[in-house]
Amino acid sequence: MTLAQVKRGQKVIIVSIPNAEIRAQAIRFGIAEGAQVSCAEKLPAGPVVICKGKQEIALGRGLAEKIEVLPA
Amino acid sequence: MHCHNSLGHIDIPEGAKKIVLVGNPNVGKSVFFNSFTGMYVDVSNFPGTTVDISYGRFGKDVIIDTPGVYGISSFNDEERVARDVILAADSIVNIVDAVHLERDLFLTLQLIDTGIPMIVALNMMDEASEQGIEIDVELLEHLLGVPVVPTVAIKGKGLDEVKKRVYEAHPGHIPAQLKKDLQEMLNCIGCQAEALLVLEGDIHVSQRHGVTPGQRREEIYLDRRRRVNDLIKHVTRETNEGASLSTRFGRMALRPVTGIPIFLAALYAMYYVIGVLVAQDIVGFTEETIMQGFYEPWVRAQVGRFIAAESMLGTVLIGEFGLLTMTVTYILGLLLPLVIGFYFMLSIMEDSGYLPRLATLVDRLMNAIGLNGRAIIPLILGFGCVTMAAITTRILGSERERTIAVAVLGLAIPCSAQLGVIAGMLAGIGPKYIAIYLLVMLLVLGLVGKVLNRVLPGESTDLMIDLPPMRFPRSENVLKKTVTKSYAFLKEATPLFMLGALIISVMELTGLLDAVQSGLAPLTEGILKLPRETATAFIMGMIRRDFGAAGLSDMALSAEQVLVSLITITLFVPCIASMIVIMKERGKKEGTVIWLGSWVAAFVIGGIVAHLVM
Repeated sequence: MTLAQVKRGQKVIIVSIPNAEIRAQAIRFGIAEGAQVSCAEKLPAGPVVICKGKQEIALGRGLAEKIEVLPA
Repeated sequence: MHCHNSLGHIDIPEGAKKIVLVGNPNVGKSVFFNSFTGMYVDVSNFPGTTVDISYGRFGKDVIIDTPGVYGISSFNDEERVARDVILAADSIVNIVDAVHLERDLFLTLQLIDTGIPMIVALNMMDEASEQGIEIDVELLEHLLGVPVVPTVAIKGKGLDEVKKRVYEAHPGHIPAQLKKDLQEMLNCIGCQAEALLVLEGDIHVSQRHGVTPGQRREEIYLDRRRRVNDLIKHVTRETNEGASLSTRFGRMALRPVTGIPIFLAALYAMYYVIGVLVAQDIVGFTEETIMQGFYEPWVRAQVGRFIAAESMLGTVLIGEFGLLTMTVTYILGLLLPLVIGFYFMLSIMEDSGYLPRLATLVDRLMNAIGLNGRAIIPLILGFGCVTMAAITTRILGSERERTIAVAVLGLAIPCSAQLGVIAGMLAGIGPKYIAIYLLVMLLVLGLVGKVLNRVLPGESTDLMIDLPPMRFPRSENVLKKTVTKSYAFLKEATPLFMLGALIISVMELTGLLDAVQSGLAPLTEGILKLPRETATAFIMGMIRRDFGAAGLSDMALSAEQVLVSLITITLFVPCIASMIVIMKERGKKEGTVIWLGSWVAAFVIGGIVAHLVM
């Protein structure tokens, strides 16, 4: 499934992130492929906010639809 | 070691060591900087960017601040500037947010891998313990191989210890494999920090050395990420998981149900401070009482002793649009208070960590006009200064997003100086007209964005933004930002103002002003139903938009006329400075289209509103 389908509060593992530059940024933020994150917030038809430890990152809906995840 | 030095524009005394402060955004770096340098600091713009670098003396050495970054490479202007300052460093003080070690230690390890001597200041230790995070500082120091000092900078704790240990800075531990790879690259580059960046595929640094950028960024990044995670497993222990008050408020700012009211409250606070407090009460005092009451009669009398007021020179200096009378009054009495008010409010929003949340909240709306939420930052900055904002559109991910953002900025966003005057004038004509004004502006903004999103080829990028914790803004930070930015504005605006006033005075003397006013009469009187003198405001508006708006505030207009003239002047062409930057950033063709489009949009929409309300 994709990150856009995750429900608020659900924990998932990141499986794949589409492009190289976004992947590099994601590694810096600590949400690289293989990381376990939880969905902190989901705006109606808008961004998905994921959280790892105290770190929160907002991802646009379009991007979230391209990120593959697995339920943790 | 031979590293590239691109700090030519910073004045560094001979023999002084360059100590560079580095950290992620919002880790309290400026508090360290101020504590190191005291009062005497210089700010210098990094050539070709909007990024300012502060530097000051520490004993016989120099402390240089860098913009907050998550890593050093070439992803954006901030990173490039931080990278170049770091490459020139003799030693580094890395400030780390103890609450966000997972994020911050990535940069720390990257800095260690550059081989530059450094120490780490582990800041916000109080917040970490409040949130139930325990950190084994000694073990961290041992594992990193560089000194680590726990601090609570805003309370002054640990700052002296950092200053004492700054000369103990030394290179940290680099993993064996990376060390080997670096050694190979070092042979042809000559500097370990640059060798690292080439290995990580940094295009700029590779170009400087005429080598092909490495292909192993991801591999090195992933390995570094593993090391960070490993470090954290060893040195931290979490005792509770409860969400703190600031986390909860941060979430509320995101959720539309609570986020929209919070946004509206923030907008209202801004309007109240700038439009009511400053534009009416303070400006009433500074412009009318001080400048027009005392200063202008005084300067007229002084100059009048040597030069006749009716002469050519007299008109230019102390006439209606005089360089020493109107120009000074507008700049100091009217614009300065407004600009300070705007930057004060913006600094509060920035420092509190609210802006990224706003970007997230509006992301969906921005998608509709082909932008992502991040574009709210240049748009809001545009309310400060369109010139600055046009350069800031570089943070946007694609060419089409930059085109859309610049077009919207050029057309529908009034800058702070103009906004202040507009807010003041709107407040005088009542809520009904304020609503119409806002509605028209939003409609134009939406329409322009929608059309461009349709016709421009390509695809816009998606939002990906770090949400730093919400904090109570620190007065020291807010004041410093307000002062620096207001000063930069004045420095840039004053010569253009003088030029504008000079042009208008010359036009008046040669009778050209009358000719233009009659020439534009079909537009002003016919289409907009405004007195022909308003043409002067539009001419001034070409030089600076706020100049135009300020010109309107002195005319006797009815409420309807105020509305129409404000809509027209807001949509009218960007000021000269903005146009120069827009041409430079977006090319001559795009710039010309924006400029001509502004004429058309301003008079067509102004005309429609005029015929509807009058």
